[in-house]
Amino acid sequence: MTWLPFWPPNASTTASTVDAITFGELALVILVLLLVFGMMFTFVIRYRRGSTADRSHRVAKTWYFEIGWTSATLIAFLVLFAFGAQAYLYLYKPPKADLELYVVGKQWMWKVQYPGGQREIDSLHLPLGKTVRVVLGSEDVIHSFYIPAFRVKHDVVPGTYETFWFKPTQLGDYQLECSEFCGTDHAKMIGTVHILSPTDYAKWLSNEGTEPTLAQQGAALFRQYGCSGCHSERSTIHAPLLNGLYGSYQHMADGRTVFADERYIRDCILLPASQRVAGYPPVMPSFAGQIPEDDLMKLVAYIQSLGAAKEAP
Amino acid sequence: MSAVTAGPSETYLTNESSIASWFLTKDHKRIALLFFASVTAFFFIGGAAATLIRLNLINPAGNLLGADLYNRMFTMHGIVMVWFFLIPSIPTTLGNFLIPLMIGARDLAFPRLNLGSWYVFNISGILALYFIIAGGDDTGWTFYTPYSTLFSNSHVIAAAVAVFVNGFSTIMTALNFVVTIHRLRAPGMTWFRLPLFVWAIYATSLVMLLATPVLAMTLLLIALEHGFGIGIFDPNLGGDPLLFQHMFWFYSHPAVYIMILPAMGVASELIPCFARRPVFGYRGMTYALVAIAVVGFFVWGHHMFTSGMSVFAGIVFSFMSFIVAVPSAIKVFNWTATLHRGSISFDAPMLYALGFVGLFTIGGLTGLMLATLPIDIHVTDTYFVIAHFHYVMVGGTVSAFFGGLHYWWPKITGRLYPEMWARGAAILTFIGFNITFFPQFILGYLGMPRRYYSYAPDLQTWNVLSSAGASILAIAYLMPLFYLGWSLLWGPRANANPWRATGLEWRTSSPPPEHNFERTPVVTTPPYQYNPEDDSYVAQDGAANA
Repeated sequence: MTWLPFWPPNASTTASTVDAITFGELALVILVLLLVFGMMFTFVIRYRRGSTADRSHRVAKTWYFEIGWTSATLIAFLVLFAFGAQAYLYLYKPPKADLELYVVGKQWMWKVQYPGGQREIDSLHLPLGKTVRVVLGSEDVIHSFYIPAFRVKHDVVPGTYETFWFKPTQLGDYQLECSEFCGTDHAKMIGTVHILSPTDYAKWLSNEGTEPTLAQQGAALFRQYGCSGCHSERSTIHAPLLNGLYGSYQHMADGRTVFADERYIRDCILLPASQRVAGYPPVMPSFAGQIPEDDLMKLVAYIQSLGAAKEAP
Repeated sequence: MSAVTAGPSETYLTNESSIASWFLTKDHKRIALLFFASVTAFFFIGGAAATLIRLNLINPAGNLLGADLYNRMFTMHGIVMVWFFLIPSIPTTLGNFLIPLMIGARDLAFPRLNLGSWYVFNISGILALYFIIAGGDDTGWTFYTPYSTLFSNSHVIAAAVAVFVNGFSTIMTALNFVVTIHRLRAPGMTWFRLPLFVWAIYATSLVMLLATPVLAMTLLLIALEHGFGIGIFDPNLGGDPLLFQHMFWFYSHPAVYIMILPAMGVASELIPCFARRPVFGYRGMTYALVAIAVVGFFVWGHHMFTSGMSVFAGIVFSFMSFIVAVPSAIKVFNWTATLHRGSISFDAPMLYALGFVGLFTIGGLTGLMLATLPIDIHVTDTYFVIAHFHYVMVGGTVSAFFGGLHYWWPKITGRLYPEMWARGAAILTFIGFNITFFPQFILGYLGMPRRYYSYAPDLQTWNVLSSAGASILAIAYLMPLFYLGWSLLWGPRANANPWRATGLEWRTSSPPPEHNFERTPVVTTPPYQYNPEDDSYVAQDGAANA
């Protein structure tokens, strides 16, 4: 559809799904508009005052028509709803990710961290045809991560992590935008997404990547913030070990069972009192306000890497 | 032309002439005019902000206003247009003037409350002017936390207080309408003989009464968080920023129906009168109004599909949004069918009403696209949404307001307006509106976010087109100010029923006497008893006029 002057580039699997639904719905909208406007125009011309058209035998029992068009619209709307809901479920059920990105939004920039430890601001380099999972965090207000060419958008909410995914299908540079008003330079919180071929991507990574990986940086922070003082085998304090935590189900002291994802790990660090694991005393202090968002993401990446280690014996 | 006898020489406009007789009046008709002056002033303040917004967006660099001033401008436009024009516009002016006349009452149930509502409205208006003059607010009309509570350096508190106070005026007026419609209907004016405008104002008032307190609570909770450090919306205090969005939209989505339902009521009066036939499916129209008002309370989450709300909630809110569109579709079909076998004339009110139906239909259908989850993810918070709600709010509500103003102008002022000028303004409104807002659908799908003072240069063509349309629209909205002003002084005198319409408001002189009717009318007939075959009609008090 790129030949249309008013159609954005279609550069992800999501974009194809969304465009297909948009086209279907646009066709229906145009059909209904033609029907309604066609009837209106016919009537106002035919029955204009002074015309000789027959005005007797006006519809007496209107409810025949009313029930007819009420049920017709209801059915049509339910079909649209079903298509939309089905696609929404698909968009929210992420396939296995090839690459996991950590993005922090702050007034007014996007800070991107790669698993290999590479970092960028207002720019993303991504390989073609790979499923990218994004973990979003905010340092201040609500932002929204929006790539129009991919038809994906997700709000970045302070105090929690949001995750979503996409899969680029076209090489090229695409605009990244903040779409939730975030203050003075909201309109300047833009960036570029560069989709590279896998070889170019590998080249780019090696040019950038002299730092330790994100998990290694997280491991250093794990010692620096004193986490390892309790969460280790040699510790005398009764604290859970974190090996294999990520992606497991945890039983809470209050009886809940929760899935240990990024958001859970984040809450454990910042709001430990609300996330007490069954069988452990409430001794962990809160780290709220002490760890910047990008360090927090490194810690999460480290704890995540401990989970992955367990899965592959 | 009309068989109605001429009323007394003392009309509500001339019976007293002191300044106090206006500012302390308890006459609903005079209060309607007071409200009319207030909301018109705010319409032009909000319109001035819109003009600056469109001027700024002619240039992709957006350097006419720059970031901070632009952000204050769209916030001012939103707050003023939503709370100081759209919500009060039709109910407090046409509703105030017409409800007692249409149901055959002498006044609203609580005349002092009615006057009080105008004073409260003006207090909130002064607070609004204060926050504007003091330097403005840059949060957008949605006040999303934590930006509004912790990060904005603008006059957020003043703006919030203005909106908070404004809500009391809304509630006072709504309560008055509900009680009036329940208690003061003339003998024989049963529920299913009420003109649809009365039904629409009734449904609107119920929504106002039930939704507005939630807005007040939300603003109070923000104050509690600020003043006492109780964590409600601030994540650093253990609060949840999404809770604010839920509470805000629990009010603000029904508020959308507060803005559009009265417009539907106006269209339902105008179309049968100028098509000279009964409205198609009267009962269905009343059920649809009530259905919209009720279901409208359960769709607020469709503003939050990308916010991180649960997938399940997203699906439920999408479903409810499709359901609420059904009664709106019914109304469009019924208005269209009302044209069938009518005898249609194209006076200015009818042009506005037909424009209303067309633009509302486009707004509604694009609303369906927004209710479809994957499309919404792409276009929410872009110009697509802006285009959609301007089709409903401006193309719909403002068109209907102008249509109603022209239609009841002879009743309100006792003067006729110059028809050709009015038709010209109506057609110009329609043209200017479409050139302004249609390009914004395209901009939105291309991915231009809203609330951007600058944008990518390849989007300039559509933005310039939109701004050009806005200049036409501005002229079309200024025109009535001149020719209606002229009519006020020099327009020909109107008789009691210049449109040969059936409602009780036309059964008294133009302008009506202070107590509306010489004797209380007795209603014997359903509304809209027009006959297109011989151009006769039967008024609601049973008087036949051939």
